[in-house]
Amino acid sequence: MVASTTSRIPDLLEKHQSKLLTSWVQQQLASGSLTGQIKEDELKEHSEKFLREFVAGLKSGHTDDIVGAGWSPVRELLGEVSHSRALQGFTPSETATFIFSLKEPLFTLLREEIKGNAQALGDEIWTATKLIDKLGLYTAEVYQQSRDDIIRRQAQELLELSTPVVELWHKILALPLIGTLDSERTQTVMENLLNHIVKSGAEIAIIDITGVPTVDTLVAQHLIKTVSAARLMGADCIISGIRPQIAQTIVHLGLQLDVVSKATMADAFALALKRTGQVVNRAAAKPA
Amino acid sequence: MVQVERTSTLEVRTPEDVVKVRQEVRNRTAAVGFSLVDQTKFVTAASEIARNTIDHGGGGRAHIETIVLTGKRGVRLVFEDQGPGIADIKLAMQDGYSTGGGLGMGMPGSKRLSNEFYVESSPGKGTKVTLVRWKSN
Amino acid sequence: MEQIPILKVGRCLLVSIQIDMHDKLAMALQDDLTQKLVETRARGVLIDISALDLVDSFIGRMLSNIAAMARVLDAQTVVVGMRPQVAITLVELGLTLTGIQTALDVDRGLALINRLIDAEGEDGAGGAH
Repeated sequence: MVASTTSRIPDLLEKHQSKLLTSWVQQQLASGSLTGQIKEDELKEHSEKFLREFVAGLKSGHTDDIVGAGWSPVRELLGEVSHSRALQGFTPSETATFIFSLKEPLFTLLREEIKGNAQALGDEIWTATKLIDKLGLYTAEVYQQSRDDIIRRQAQELLELSTPVVELWHKILALPLIGTLDSERTQTVMENLLNHIVKSGAEIAIIDITGVPTVDTLVAQHLIKTVSAARLMGADCIISGIRPQIAQTIVHLGLQLDVVSKATMADAFALALKRTGQVVNRAAAKPA
Repeated sequence: MVQVERTSTLEVRTPEDVVKVRQEVRNRTAAVGFSLVDQTKFVTAASEIARNTIDHGGGGRAHIETIVLTGKRGVRLVFEDQGPGIADIKLAMQDGYSTGGGLGMGMPGSKRLSNEFYVESSPGKGTKVTLVRWKSN
Repeated sequence: MEQIPILKVGRCLLVSIQIDMHDKLAMALQDDLTQKLVETRARGVLIDISALDLVDSFIGRMLSNIAAMARVLDAQTVVVGMRPQVAITLVELGLTLTGIQTALDVDRGLALINRLIDAEGEDGAGGAH
């Protein structure tokens, strides 16, 4: 096993960088794994940048490990490339191929330069393989992380879409809740509502629970937390959409909903107008 | 196995130290990528326990660690002092319990603001409070 | 040591808390407020916490103390500008700010205080609290 400090790879790579770049780019284009979604220019740019940072990383002293500080530009670059490929919809394999495809041109270079010493050639190829494998796996991991982030963001957006806050009137917000109210959802709903209160300067928030299938102790707790937080900020809440069964359940469970509740949004709205000192007048009928 | 990525230790003896603890926890939770609400919750919990360390523990220190466990990242706080210790931990963890007037020792509240919360203490042996909060998805 | 400025706005004293408070500063503020309340005979205290990104039980106690002390001197206390993440945390912490009204911002806070003062009557006698 060649010790990392005596490997010739860093110097060879530096010396033959542009030749290696050309054959590597050709390799990638020929492998057909990019199915025309990446422009050749972008590919060349990524590859060139990578080789440059790769050489710098090798020269930083470690050829058997990519976690050191000397390798962080390489890791950052791989992170960027991986992230953008993830966004563009490539598979993890296609993305990792960016790195793995470097092997063939690199081994060709090594074979050409290390003639006559099979032992040394074997060792260098082994060192190179381990390094590229680590980089390829790192690329795949970052890709996975990016995909996870995208999915999470989409889930978050979906969550927000299902709990829209509506500016019903000057100083009055409405939050129609649809679906079950679990702990995580309550957090999102609460944050959403409270941020809207600040943004719109609302003094009353009507939380409509017509679309909430069941109200049990837990759901009641979540509602109360939301109401308490809004009150601390200077806004008050009215719960509307209390169906007869819900009213019964609340009494049956002995739940203390320390907040005004109304059967319909219309009733809640009327109360909210009164509380905020606003009036809606019916226009007088026009004379015929 | 929990891995510690980064750790720093702060003395917790004066009110100014509480401010420093808050700032360090704020920076650390922000660096790990906590949401603003989660940052606020955890920094508040840290503030409560830091005050306890001074008011009830006679001063001590805080270890602030960035931790990783199977891909999850989080922040762990360990507050320790060589004070008189807590005689009845269960009692101290009840809402409303207080030994010195005011709103209680802030422990039950801090527990609610954390994902994990451990107390090791006994009379004469000092107190060690550990709080963990993970970055939520 | 820095001091927190107290402004007189109409019948109110306005305090804006901008920095991370520690004990000495909190005590100084409470002393200052008591003094000014007596001096100016203000009927309201408006505490603006819109710059605070955190309120723990210490600050909560301070606010409650101010409210209690103000009440003894026949003044209302309104806290304004609490940030959403602070409100969410306080609810989780289980902290209740007793004796304190809240409003969204300084404008609304002043309007509220004036309503409360008027409801009580000029000489402080009668009216619901």
